[in-house]
Amino acid sequence: MENFSVFDIVGPRMTGPSSSHTAGAARIALMARRIINREIREVNFTLYGSFAETGRGHGTDKALIAGILGFEPDDPRIRDAYEYAKERGVLVNIIMSDEPTRHPNTVKIEACDEDDRWTEVKGESIGGGNILITEIDHLEVELSGDYPTLIIRHHDEPGVIAEVSHVLAQLRVNIAFMRVFRHGRGEDAYMCIETDTEVTEGMQEIIRQLCKSIRQLIAV
Amino acid sequence: MIRIMSLLDAFESGKNLCAYCEQEQITMAEAMIRREIAMGELSRDQILAEMKKNLDVMREAIRRGLEEHVESVSRLSGGEAMRLFRYAKYEPFSGGNTCRAAASAMAVVEVNAAMGQIVAAPTAGASGILPGVLLECGIKRNWTDEQLVQGLFCAGAVGLLFAQNATISGADGGCQAETGVGSAMASAAIVELSGGTPEQALDAAAMTIKNILGLVCDPVAGLVECPCIKRNALGAANALLCADMTLCGITSLIPFDEVVAAMLAVGHDMRKEYRETAMGGLAATPTGKAVAAKVRRFQEYEKNNATF
Repeated sequence: MENFSVFDIVGPRMTGPSSSHTAGAARIALMARRIINREIREVNFTLYGSFAETGRGHGTDKALIAGILGFEPDDPRIRDAYEYAKERGVLVNIIMSDEPTRHPNTVKIEACDEDDRWTEVKGESIGGGNILITEIDHLEVELSGDYPTLIIRHHDEPGVIAEVSHVLAQLRVNIAFMRVFRHGRGEDAYMCIETDTEVTEGMQEIIRQLCKSIRQLIAV
Repeated sequence: MIRIMSLLDAFESGKNLCAYCEQEQITMAEAMIRREIAMGELSRDQILAEMKKNLDVMREAIRRGLEEHVESVSRLSGGEAMRLFRYAKYEPFSGGNTCRAAASAMAVVEVNAAMGQIVAAPTAGASGILPGVLLECGIKRNWTDEQLVQGLFCAGAVGLLFAQNATISGADGGCQAETGVGSAMASAAIVELSGGTPEQALDAAAMTIKNILGLVCDPVAGLVECPCIKRNALGAANALLCADMTLCGITSLIPFDEVVAAMLAVGHDMRKEYRETAMGGLAATPTGKAVAAKVRRFQEYEKNNATF
């Protein structure tokens, strides 16, 4: 983290007690909700490392539930997240794991949406409320959530990446960071594009219609 | 040849920041605001409004901690801030002002432990010092909200220098990097709001760190409660004392930038037991361990009795 904002130092505004174990956890789950982008009916949280050891005392479980319900990290309702989940009929399961992970503050989120489809998102809380989404459906990614982000699932073939970046240039959207991932040659591939400015719904639609290879677009 | 300092270089070090402020004839708070504008996300008005929101949340956290009955999720803490604040009326040894600032600092961290709303400054564990000191001094000196917001930007500038040149994470540099930096930020802010120069503000910040250099992060049961809450009280007192020392003309023998470097070096020399792992210091005492075991049992009980 090189380029701190003053609001990273005097801030963020958050619900306590821990920027990594509460605010970060809420942000990971909120990102997962945005990635899934559907109403969630059931969710399993698996907590690893320090999340598993001191998570409950830090309200990590409540923060995760709050995030999946769409509450921001400074929402005072985090404290009563269990009640809100019950009220909305969201089934929650918290699992503490002692399996080792790369980062001590790691959580795996498996969520079932209203169409009975399960999505798995893995995230790390890397300190000071900053996070990294590291896996979406077993695909390794790296999303910070600090920038508007496009996740594009497409068929792995030449020219798709060029087309998408070309259209973004024409729309005057500057790409801050971009990474590409794939399951295997010629299979499903993903682009994660972090941009300086918001990609509007209209722009998203243009990208969606760009070519047949683009199968799915998620804006986070 | 006169070297022109650019805004880009101004936040490289305390020395650069002072030179930039001198060259532009501005405060550190103003330099901080200009840098934020230059980052290009928000306008000046939006930046000021955003910081005012932080001030409002800080003030409300103090009010809650001092007026309402707050209890942490672990049930280890709550209510002590209120006790100290009431006691401040009876000619305390540390002085009414110090006592109230310390109580206000504790109030914020108690609210934090009770899953209330706070502003990290620079972290949640050190979130009490800056609001406690700034708002108590604001009452004493009749500072307006506009002035207090300037104070928060000045504090931000100092915190930024630590974040960029050392660390503001307990897991990385121990408690000195959290309550130490929070204290340095608060001290500099009240010095600048009292008309002190950027050099004086950074001298105050340097002295606060010198006073607690090497402070370990050893949270009992891994929770942001013991000793964090009372260390915020100490941080407030340390900030006030260093501000007074600076304003009466005392300087720091070791310059700010060298103190920052020393803090990082000491932090990295600390064994991991002393960096937020809850494996050393107070966390490893017989009582610390017993409390941790009790908290774990309580959490197991809550888990088994949860609705899900």
